[in-house]
Amino acid sequence: MSWLDHPASDTQITHRSRIWLYLAAAIVMGFLVLPTLIVVPMSFSASQYLEFPPRQWSLRWYENYFNSAAWMQATVTSVKAGALTALVATPLGTLAAYGLFVSRLRGAGLVMSVLLTPIVVPVILVGIGVFYAYVRIKLVNTLTGLVLAHSMLAVPLVVMVVTSALKSYDMNQEMVARSLGASRPRAFLLVTLPQIRLAVMTSAVLAFLTSFDEVVVAMFISGGDNSTLTRNMFNALRDQIDPTIAAISTVMIAISSLLILLSQALGRSGGRR
Amino acid sequence: MTPETGPNATALRRDALAERVALFGLSLPALLLVTVTMIIPVVWLFWLSFLADDGTFSLEHYRRLIEQASYGRIFRATFEISAIATFICVLLGYPLAYVMSQLPPRIASLCMIGVLMPFWTSILVRTYAWLVLLQRQGLINSWGIRLGLWDEPLALVHNVNGTLIGMVHIMLPFLILPLYGSMRAIDRDYLKAAANLGASPTRAFWQVFFPLSLPGLLAGSLIVFILCLGFYVTPAVLGGGKVIMVANRIANDIEIFFNWGAASALGVVLLALTAIILFVAGRLVRLDRLFGGHAP
Repeated sequence: MSWLDHPASDTQITHRSRIWLYLAAAIVMGFLVLPTLIVVPMSFSASQYLEFPPRQWSLRWYENYFNSAAWMQATVTSVKAGALTALVATPLGTLAAYGLFVSRLRGAGLVMSVLLTPIVVPVILVGIGVFYAYVRIKLVNTLTGLVLAHSMLAVPLVVMVVTSALKSYDMNQEMVARSLGASRPRAFLLVTLPQIRLAVMTSAVLAFLTSFDEVVVAMFISGGDNSTLTRNMFNALRDQIDPTIAAISTVMIAISSLLILLSQALGRSGGRR
Repeated sequence: MTPETGPNATALRRDALAERVALFGLSLPALLLVTVTMIIPVVWLFWLSFLADDGTFSLEHYRRLIEQASYGRIFRATFEISAIATFICVLLGYPLAYVMSQLPPRIASLCMIGVLMPFWTSILVRTYAWLVLLQRQGLINSWGIRLGLWDEPLALVHNVNGTLIGMVHIMLPFLILPLYGSMRAIDRDYLKAAANLGASPTRAFWQVFFPLSLPGLLAGSLIVFILCLGFYVTPAVLGGGKVIMVANRIANDIEIFFNWGAASALGVVLLALTAIILFVAGRLVRLDRLFGGHAP
């Protein structure tokens, strides 16, 4: 009897009679992963028409990208905005998640749902609303304005990730620290924070990526010297298919993947102590 | 922690309350940020939607939404595209989540990386990838013709097809995550019991497993549908200007016509629809499942 005839699940169905299911799942997985990955080899193609597999390899689209002052300036803006967003949204979101989780006041649930609204409010509405408000307070096309808006979009993610970490954390440890004489802030910094650090680090990376990948709000409120990479890409996409964008996409995929891997690795090594 | 009786009880209770209020205060900076950069601007738009061009109160923007047939068409298209995209997500996502929920945890978490990868690649990058793959001389068309599947290049992009493909690709993880979470939580003993009582695998699946997975499926479909309603980037790029969803019309009203009143009214209706769907659905499914399914 081959493994194909063994029961595959608790319904006692055999692997053989549901091979079609594995095939379907594999195809869906390919649909999820492949389209993004296929851009990577295509970006090294020498031809204007991005063939796959490329008949001739070249770095010309990368040269285009790295030699263009406009693209470089936009990349710098995006990285800056992402880093600042992580620096603003992570502490704000972590403090809010901790405060609401521990205080258990009646209003906590309400504040929590207000902090999560940026997820469900259509981003186009946020975009034009922030644009309208920023015109009046002269924050359009500034890095400050961009970082504030992106931080608002990132706060719900930080709050969600940190809250779920707090749920699985044993708050009695903080009680022990306090009964031994540590103040509340000290107990939080020395006992609680080190144990939820993976969540805090993950949420900082998510905050960076929220800003780095964001298009719609940036389209309205960033411009001039402070226009973001995604804004410029979006404008370029509406005109024609410029292969330089494949090179930029590859760089963006690399940055995102590296950050995620880094946060996981750091969190793991810290958690083992 | 706090003793309920004794001479110090009142003072201790007051201290405990004071501390809880102070802790509550930790959420104020975040609350302030969200209020200033989201709530006030959106309320401001709400206000604008009731002002005529001369600054007086009027319902003309809403009247136009009802009277002009083009707005009705845009809303119908938005609902249709969102519904079809949600349906395709269910068709594709259910089998994958089902198989993943039965894999050993280590292999399942490897698959989870595949599902989550789209989360950390920009929507724009993925939309661009589809643009390249689906165009007339693109990979899909050239391979399809070489393999003899079709003779003429198919119009896969700059239309509804491309928009749907791109939207499904972006929304699929949002369906799979809550669905996978709820499937993992199903007690497998029910299935053993069903098999023991003589149910065929098909019957055990449809009568036992499928109904138990419905809450996760509903929560996932709901979030997919709601997020689809507000899509902007994908229809703009993969629809090639031919697919106008509500969000695209809002952007056009601002960028081309500078008509803040009309854009605001559209935005208010879109937000109200989202809120109504969330509210009604919130009575059917537990909403915390929408976002709670993230960490496996």
